[in-house]
Amino acid sequence: MLKVRGLTKTFRSRRNTVEAVRGVDIDVDDGELIGFLGPNGAGKSTSIRMLSTLLRPTAGEAVVGGCDLLADPMGVRRRIGYVGQGNGAGLNQRVGEELESHAGLYDIGRREARRRVGDLLDRYELGGMAGRKVSTLSGGQRRRLDIVMGVLHQPSLVFLDEPSAALDPQSRSNLWDHIRSLNREQGVTVFLTTHYLDEADALCERILVIDGGKIIDEGTPDGLKRKVAGDLVTIASTEPAAAAEVAARFPGAGDVAVDETTASFRLRGSHGDQAVPDLVRALDDVGVPVSSVRTERPTLDDVFLSLTGRTLRDDSGDQTKEETA
Amino acid sequence: MKRALQQTWVVFVRASRPWLRSPVSIVVGLFGPIVYLVLFGPVLDALYPVKGEAWQWFVPGMLLQLTLFGGAYAGFSITPEIRSGVMERMRVTPASRAGLLFGRVASDVVQLFVQGVILLGVAALFDFRADAGAVLAALVLVAGLGAALSSASYALAIKLKEENKFAPLLSMALVPLLLLSGVLLPMDKAPSWLRTLSEINPLAQVANALRAITSGQYGSQALVGTLVTIGLIVVLGAWGLRTMAREHH
Repeated sequence: MLKVRGLTKTFRSRRNTVEAVRGVDIDVDDGELIGFLGPNGAGKSTSIRMLSTLLRPTAGEAVVGGCDLLADPMGVRRRIGYVGQGNGAGLNQRVGEELESHAGLYDIGRREARRRVGDLLDRYELGGMAGRKVSTLSGGQRRRLDIVMGVLHQPSLVFLDEPSAALDPQSRSNLWDHIRSLNREQGVTVFLTTHYLDEADALCERILVIDGGKIIDEGTPDGLKRKVAGDLVTIASTEPAAAAEVAARFPGAGDVAVDETTASFRLRGSHGDQAVPDLVRALDDVGVPVSSVRTERPTLDDVFLSLTGRTLRDDSGDQTKEETA
Repeated sequence: MKRALQQTWVVFVRASRPWLRSPVSIVVGLFGPIVYLVLFGPVLDALYPVKGEAWQWFVPGMLLQLTLFGGAYAGFSITPEIRSGVMERMRVTPASRAGLLFGRVASDVVQLFVQGVILLGVAALFDFRADAGAVLAALVLVAGLGAALSSASYALAIKLKEENKFAPLLSMALVPLLLLSGVLLPMDKAPSWLRTLSEINPLAQVANALRAITSGQYGSQALVGTLVTIGLIVVLGAWGLRTMAREHH
């Protein structure tokens, strides 16, 4: 569905040169729901803007939806949907008319356009909104309208740039449901960017971690977490020091820490949950009392921190660079 | 070509819906020229030796003023759509880039045409007189000039992206251009340097052509103004199209 090699974008202005994307390789299979995770200014948007023909790459090549990005941008445009960070519907337009005009840009006939618009408005919980002015819609409704515009021509691949930015938590989880159903029920390949860990975690089957214009790691959310940090296991006990001794001998354990009521450690290589029975047995064997064992998956924030030395919330460095570009 | 025309139509319909629905914008654009017509025209009329002659001279100039401002400010409709993401959404479709530009331009031109008709109607309430053929010819010329200016306005808006850069630029450029078109007072009374400046202003040529046409003289002045307008359409239209087709980030 998507094959990208050495994708590069360098912005040159009189004063400075910014390498926004530095040689990115991506392979996406049909039907995947994949995400670009990285801080602001990492090169996520620049990458998908290149892949959707909005920006010309400085170097590299890509086949998008079966069409060569550089040789056949028109073919790419017909096959992909793109939902940018902004809102695609004009504020002084009416929802239904704006969608029908949008269909016209894809050479979809009027009758077919009406049918699709009706179906999609219902599916995206915008039924009855066709006559409303776009400016009267809520943030969540406008975002869903953006997605309707992105899928109106029935593309097989859809790019979503920061889909849930600036939405309230309810609209956000509602939008996630729609994105999941687009992928699972409609069979559309979805490639999204996000700087929200919970979003990548909740939606994506596979994540490409991008920082400073390069992909620095990739994998499933679970795989990434397991590879980098390991689950945090916390044993509550009246004898935390004795519990810590047992924990330290446990296979795969590291970073053992003790406080007044608990002993905790990181378990590398295996699921914390699956280790609980063995751990409880080992504690029991030496007579250490256990009141509870809790395991926590590392968050993608932990992953990002261990990959880059920075948390995703650090807004230092690269962000200012891309803004000047 | 057929596709480009179809998409010009799609974009034209979309761009026209808001002003068809709330025709207030038509009145807003007319306000300036009509104020001049009502509050300045009678003064000019009193200064002219022959009663009524001033209107024949003055009204075509107001038509030019309407076109200049209407065309030049057309780009203001695109800046919010660039900022919000509407243009990005359109540019990612296979839509013809010519359609994306000229659909908007066509909508502006139709608006100008309607405004022109109203302006001439108001002028007829005073002592402006012209036959129907001349009025139609003048409005066609005005539409052509409007198309050229509106293309240029979109090109500028796309380049500048922000209203607060666009607005001061226009207000600095338009008033000198208007004064040098000699639409308020005849330029033949001006000192020679000013007259020269006016003669190299293409808008002055169009104003002269409009005056010639509305008084039924289809001679060299009408021809020069028409050729100048065609030249402006070609040059500014190409500039607009080039700007629309380029990547903007």
